[in-house]
Amino acid sequence: MTPLDHLLLAPVLLPLLCGAVLVPLTEGWHRLKFALGYASVLGMLASALALAALTDGGYWQHGIGVYLAANWAAPFGIALVADRLAALMLLLTALLALAALHFARLRWGRIGVHFHSLFQFLLMGINGAFLTHDLFNLFVFFEVMLAASYGLVLHGYNAERLRASMQYIAINLAASLLFLIGAALIYAAAGTLNMSDLAARMAGLAPGARGLFEIGATVLALAFLIKSAMWPLGFWLPTTYAAASPPVAAMLVLMTKVGAYAILRLWLLLFPQAGFGHDALLWGGMATIVFGAAGMLSSDNAGRLAGYGAVVSSGTLLAVIGYGQATLVAGALYYLAGSTLAIAAFLLLIELIERIRTPHASVLAVTLEAWAVEDKPDEPVGRGVPAAMAFLALSFAACAMVIAGLPPLSGFVAKFSLFHALLNPPQGTIAAAGWTLMALIIGSGLVSVLSMMRFGVRTFWANSGAAPPKLHRSEVLPVLFLLGLSVFMTVEAGSVFAWLDRASEGIHRPQDYIGRVLGQPVVPSPVPQPAAAEAP
Amino acid sequence: MEAVIAIAIGVVFGAGIWLVLRPRSFQVLCGLMLMSYAVNLFIFIVGRLWIDRPPLTPAGSAPDPAALADPLPQALVLTAIVIGFATTALYLVVMIGSRGLTGTDHVDGREPEP
Repeated sequence: MTPLDHLLLAPVLLPLLCGAVLVPLTEGWHRLKFALGYASVLGMLASALALAALTDGGYWQHGIGVYLAANWAAPFGIALVADRLAALMLLLTALLALAALHFARLRWGRIGVHFHSLFQFLLMGINGAFLTHDLFNLFVFFEVMLAASYGLVLHGYNAERLRASMQYIAINLAASLLFLIGAALIYAAAGTLNMSDLAARMAGLAPGARGLFEIGATVLALAFLIKSAMWPLGFWLPTTYAAASPPVAAMLVLMTKVGAYAILRLWLLLFPQAGFGHDALLWGGMATIVFGAAGMLSSDNAGRLAGYGAVVSSGTLLAVIGYGQATLVAGALYYLAGSTLAIAAFLLLIELIERIRTPHASVLAVTLEAWAVEDKPDEPVGRGVPAAMAFLALSFAACAMVIAGLPPLSGFVAKFSLFHALLNPPQGTIAAAGWTLMALIIGSGLVSVLSMMRFGVRTFWANSGAAPPKLHRSEVLPVLFLLGLSVFMTVEAGSVFAWLDRASEGIHRPQDYIGRVLGQPVVPSPVPQPAAAEAP
Repeated sequence: MEAVIAIAIGVVFGAGIWLVLRPRSFQVLCGLMLMSYAVNLFIFIVGRLWIDRPPLTPAGSAPDPAALADPLPQALVLTAIVIGFATTALYLVVMIGSRGLTGTDHVDGREPEP
C-alpha cells in the first residue's frame, strides 16, 4: 500500500470530520461555518480530481485502486474501491456541492442551526456509497446520506416541507428495510457481502442458492429503484423536490443518480452475461419516461416541473442501462452527468425566477403567514447584479436546452451518442425495444421543450408586471458555474467521451475487479508475529 | 423451529405492512417499527438457526468452524437495529412536528373530505 492509496479515504473522511467540527458551532458564526464547509468541499474536489487522474493514469493496475479498511484482507474486511466510474461520480458530487453550498452562502445557510453539518454528512454518505465495495457498508452509507437528507428536506421548516418529509421519510424507511432484506438474502445464498467476492462466487452457486440469490438481488434492486424513482416507485419525488429548499433540491438530484449508479455497478459485476432483470429495467425505465413526461406537461409549479424533469432523466438512464448494450454505457454516463448538472442549475434558478413575481399578491404567501412558522431567510443585502432579467432568461433557456436535448449544449450530445449506439448495435439488427426507446427519448424531449417554453413564456413574456429582481453575486455564480460545466462538456465532448469510454470498458470487465480486490495484499505487521496466537 | 420462526416473522411483517397503509401517522410509525423488528429477526436467522453454538471462540481453544455459529449476521443485525432505531426516532420527531403544525395526525397533513 502506497501513501497515495490513502487518498481513497479522503472523500469520506473530509466531510465526516468537517461535519463533526461544525456540530458544536451553534447560531451565529455564519462565515466560519461557511468557510469550513467550503474548504471541505474544495478538498473533496481536489481529491476527486486526483482520484480521476490516478485511476486514469495507470498508477493502479487496471485503473482500480483498492483500500483495505483496518488492514483486513478483502472478503473479510470492508474494501473501498475507486475506479474511473467512482471517480466520475465523486467529481460530479464535488462540483454540484460546490455550487449548492455557494448558493446557500447568504440566505439558506444562515437559517436553522445545522445546515452546514447536515450538508457535510450528506456528502459523506454520497461519497461513501460511490466508493464502498461491500453491500452492507453500502447500506450504512445510504442511511447516512438519507438521515442527513431528512434533516435537509425539512430545512426552512414550513407546513409544505413537513408534509413532503413525512412521505419522503416513510417511503425511504420502507426502502431501507427492503435493502436489508435483499442484503440478508444475498448473504444467505452466497455467504459473503463483498461485491467482488460475490462476483467470484456467482459461477459456483448451487441452483437453489442461485434462486435465493436472484430473489435477494431483486429485492435489493427495488430499494435502489425507489431511490432512483422508477415508475411506479417514484411518486414521492416531485413533491419532495418542489418542497425542498433550492440548494437541498439540487443535491437531491444527485441522490436519485446514486440508485442508478448502484444498479449499474452491481449488475455489471454480478450478472455480466446473464442479463438478469434487464427487461424489467428497460420497460420500467420507459414507463418512467412516459410518467415523467406526462408530469412535466401537467405541472404548473416550477419545482414540480424540475422534479418531473429529474424523473424523465432517471427513466432514460434506467432504460438505457436495462437495454444491456455495452456501447451504450459511455453515452449513459455522459447523459447522467449532463442532465444532473442542468436540472440542479434549473432548481437553483427557480428561486431567482420566483422573485420576479410579486410575493404579496399571491394567496400562498398569506396562507403561509397564517401558519406563522415560516422559516424563510432574508433577502441578501448589498448591490444586485446588473441585467438580472437577461441573465435569468438566458440561463433558463440554457437549462431548457440541456434538459430537452436541443443543440448546441450537452443534452444534445448525450442524446446523439445514445442514438448512435442504439442505431449501431453489435449484433446488426435493432430490436423493437430499441426503436421504442428512441421514440420515447425523442418524445420526452419534445414534451420537455413544450412545458419548459410554456413556463418561460408565462414568466418572461406574458408577465406584464415583471420588475428586474435583485440578485446577489453569490446566487448568480453557482448557476453560471453549473451551466459553464455543461458548455465545457459540450466543447470538450471528445476528450470527455474518451474518458467515459475507458470507464465503461473498465466496468465491463468484472474479472479485473475480482483480481484486484481479492488479490490486494495486506500491509505486513511491523512487529514480528509469534508463531501461534497466544490466548489472553 | 424454522417453520415457527418463519411464520412469526411473516405475521409481524404482515401486520407492519397493514399498519403502514393506514392513514394516521402514528399507525404508520408503528407499522414501520414492526417491519423493522421483522427484518432484524430475518437478518439474524440468515446465518441459519443453531442450538448451542456460540458465535465467539472460547478462550484458549483452537477455533473449530463446525462448533461455531455464523457471527456476521449478528454483527449486521446490531448495526441494523441501531440505524433503524435512529431513523425511526427521527420520523417520530417529524410526526410530532406535523401534528403540531397542521393540527391533525393524518399523513396528508389534512383531514380527508367527509
